[in-house]
Amino acid sequence: MILDSKIPDGPIAEKWGKHKFNLKLVNPANKRKYEIIVVGTGLAGASAAASLAELGYKVKAFCFQDSPRRAHSIAAQGGINAAKNYRNDGDSVYRLFYDTVKGGDYRAREANVYRLAEVSRNIIDQCVAQGVPFAREYGGYLDNRSFGGSQVSRTFYARGQTGQQLLLGAYSALSRQIAEGNVTMFTRSEMLDLVMVDGVAQGIVTRNLVTGAIESHAAHAVLLCTGGYGNVFYLSTNAQGSNVTAAWRAHKKGALFANPCFTQIHPTCIPVSGDHQSKLTLMSESLRNDGRVWVPKNEGDKRSPELIPEEERDYFLERKYPSFGNLVPRDVASRNAKEMCDANKGVGASGLAVYLDFSDSVKRNGEPWVKEKYGNLFDMYAQITGENPYKSPMRIYPAVHYTMGGLWVDYNLMTTIKGLYALGECNFSDHGANRLGASALMQGLADGYFVIPYTVGDYLATIGPKPINASHPAFKQAEEDAKAYVNKLLSINGNQTVTHYHRELGKIIWEYCGMARSSEGLNKAKGMIQSLKADFWSNVKVLGEGEELNQSLEKAGRVADFIELGELMIDDALARNESCGGHFRVEYQTEEGEALRNDDDYAYVAAWEFKGDGQAEQLHKEKLVFENVKLTQRSYK
Amino acid sequence: MSGNMNLTLKVWRQKDGKSQGKIVDYQVKGISPDMSFLEMFDVLNEDLIKKGETPISFDHDCREGICGMCSMHINGRPHGPKTGITTCQLHMRSFKDGDTIVVEPWRASAFPVVKDLVVDRSAFDRIIQAGGYISVNTGEAPDANAIPIPKKYADEAFDAATCIGCGACVAACKNASAMLFVSAKVSQLALLPQGDAERKQRVESMVDQMNEEGFGACTNTGACSAECPKEISQVNIARLNREYISAKLTSDNI
Ligand SMILES: Cc1cc2nc3c(=O)[nH]c(=O)nc-3n(C[C@H](O)[C@H](O)[C@H](O)COP(=O)(O)OP(=O)(O)OC[C@H]3O[C@@H](n4cnc5c(N)ncnc54)[C@H](O)[C@@H]3O)c2cc1C
Ligand code: SF4
Ligand code: FES
Repeated sequence: MILDSKIPDGPIAEKWGKHKFNLKLVNPANKRKYEIIVVGTGLAGASAAASLAELGYKVKAFCFQDSPRRAHSIAAQGGINAAKNYRNDGDSVYRLFYDTVKGGDYRAREANVYRLAEVSRNIIDQCVAQGVPFAREYGGYLDNRSFGGSQVSRTFYARGQTGQQLLLGAYSALSRQIAEGNVTMFTRSEMLDLVMVDGVAQGIVTRNLVTGAIESHAAHAVLLCTGGYGNVFYLSTNAQGSNVTAAWRAHKKGALFANPCFTQIHPTCIPVSGDHQSKLTLMSESLRNDGRVWVPKNEGDKRSPELIPEEERDYFLERKYPSFGNLVPRDVASRNAKEMCDANKGVGASGLAVYLDFSDSVKRNGEPWVKEKYGNLFDMYAQITGENPYKSPMRIYPAVHYTMGGLWVDYNLMTTIKGLYALGECNFSDHGANRLGASALMQGLADGYFVIPYTVGDYLATIGPKPINASHPAFKQAEEDAKAYVNKLLSINGNQTVTHYHRELGKIIWEYCGMARSSEGLNKAKGMIQSLKADFWSNVKVLGEGEELNQSLEKAGRVADFIELGELMIDDALARNESCGGHFRVEYQTEEGEALRNDDDYAYVAAWEFKGDGQAEQLHKEKLVFENVKLTQRSYK
Repeated sequence: MSGNMNLTLKVWRQKDGKSQGKIVDYQVKGISPDMSFLEMFDVLNEDLIKKGETPISFDHDCREGICGMCSMHINGRPHGPKTGITTCQLHMRSFKDGDTIVVEPWRASAFPVVKDLVVDRSAFDRIIQAGGYISVNTGEAPDANAIPIPKKYADEAFDAATCIGCGACVAACKNASAMLFVSAKVSQLALLPQGDAERKQRVESMVDQMNEEGFGACTNTGACSAECPKEISQVNIARLNREYISAKLTSDNI
């Protein structure tokens, strides 16, 4: 299989404009003859569904929550990047492009990233027009802040609830289209399979989560906007329901899965407090703008923080990276925190934490100023830990947060299956081996508002508006398969709960495919996952029936898919004999302990092809060509 | 790390929307004060599954107080005893060893029970569909800084916009009124210049839809705002009333 990324020719700044001109258009009168399925209504899905419906297409949208407003995007805190250069501080489309390629440790596609930077400006305009209440200055103009991995202030925010406000904006646009009858919304519906006819995506099979009914839906194109797979780690900052199921089932039908081992561990999360824990809570990295990260200089120093004098504190990020200081990219910040804890300098009861200290900022700007900027994050910390962060420094530790890997897509966001697209966190496209803060919201909305409306039109114009329905036997077959799958899960009736398997899987992936990976550990983990999988399918206990609301059953299907994905992550991490971004192979590091890339052999996207249950997946490589950005050892010193 | 709190739970169990429900008693042991309320439910459900009993269904997703999905009525209060937080943000340190805790679903005819503690809140979506938006198509927007908005209004709009659509206001209200929820969206958009063009029509349509869904009338008891996890202010209800009256007085829909 040859992976054709379909990157247009020409200078980087002209590619998207030229491409848009070359894409075929659908005659306005014909648009309503096309049906499009959008699975997922987070930022990517809601923006895509609304924009496509505005254009006149007939859209069916799906989400597993009880309302599209609850997608996991709602939880994003810190902000969204855009190259507006309202600050006159030297930002530009080119700089955002450059920062993103560099931040991704040179494992992203230049053309996609440039387009992302280009349309970032329209996103802010669109959101403001929808009534998104971004933070403003006294003059009434939009405020910005800076985020890790950049030296300009280009992040737009709505207090600590940026994702919520952006999603509610997209949700309102979607709601308007639902009211107008252009979008049919299916809530509490989970996609269980992709249906293909003659090798082309033609619809999906879903399970109605209230009645358990297995249903078919046909369309001319299917868009997966189903978010990331961070929950493969069990403990993550993702919502409980976030899953890989839709993407994974599409993968098993032939969509290649790219860079699965590229996962992001976020440096500023609230540390684990016990084994009852069901999720980890992120605190926006915007905190690193004004908070200072430190540990005691002396090993095993267990004094409470206020008793440790200034000269016995190690502000390790400021010391090691004087020019970026606390604002180094996430992978660098996380790895350094882990190093400190490994060196017995970690703080708190578990020793698995470092301090994030606002005392200087409170002294400099006053408590009200800090409250205005970060109040809700401080409240959240206090609520979870029972401690007052205005009085003593917060304790933070890295946690899984985002997955750069995902379904492989070309420049048009089409997967390797014709007619199947992937948008938002569900695809692999723009962040390389590490995502910069405030760039996921940007990407989800770029894909949904400003890319897919053009590219999907080109495909639809090519195939023509032939009527479509779910009567083809392929739908019947997919329904039968889905029912058989549900029955299989219910019939095992073993003696371990689904959560048990999820937790065990998480432990393996975190330990061996987390912040530091080695070939020895990965090989060990592969065996462990295989036995976990075998045990799951012979010993899991799922109660109840298929034809009812059954949350254990929902979870069982998701965990089964995570187990399979986990094994592919291990394979991917093993095959990439270099370190880059969030993928840190201990065998490959510089003398200073930084990630050591191998551009000669590994400047490619690893795209994996499913070959059948129990078979090894096949690796395909899309070579990354850098024509604009010079590959260098990333330095934030 | 397990803890040492032992509790009695009295939980509403209902097989589905058509069946009768009832309160069932459960004992939970070894609860840690650091657990969240939902993690305590996880422990209970794990025990039930191991015993072969059907686990309790409840809605939840983000578990950090922002998605609005969790919705437990705990000891007679939506989202439990503490103010300004959701059920998922409630921690067991807010309870004592030996406590008895009664857990029920939201009660309102506009929010029918789906199963156990899960209710159907799609009425809220339909209210938003009736007009809780600004009609702007993708691509039509002018530059984001073209219209400055005084910080005061932007901040007030933001405060109203923080509503998470959880429905606790309805559950708290003896009339099961949705006024706080509706007023939050009406206020947000009324405070922003972008929302001005559709201002009259919006408030009329949203209020009409609210009435159609079977929510009760607002008698200004203030219970909604007191129980709202986002502390949405009653000022918004006053604003909604003003918006509604002035829209009606000059309505084009007569
Ligand atoms: C705590 C937190 C904070 C963050 N903060 C920031 C930030 O400040 N800035 C930033 O840029 N990024 C941030 N991110 C990342 C960003 O929020 C996400 O990457 C982004 O919102 C993902 O959007 P999405 O539309 O791709 O997917 P999601 O919002 O996850 O939506 C997925 C959708 O798919 C649906 N779905 C999933 N599976 C199925 C299925 N099988 N069947 C049917 N429907 C399905 C869900 O119902 C949902 O509607 C943060 C992430 C986290 C976890
Ligand atoms: S107003 Fe408050 S209680 Fe009501 S839905 Fe919104 S957040 Fe929930
Ligand atoms: S689970 Fe999201 S608000 Fe409680």
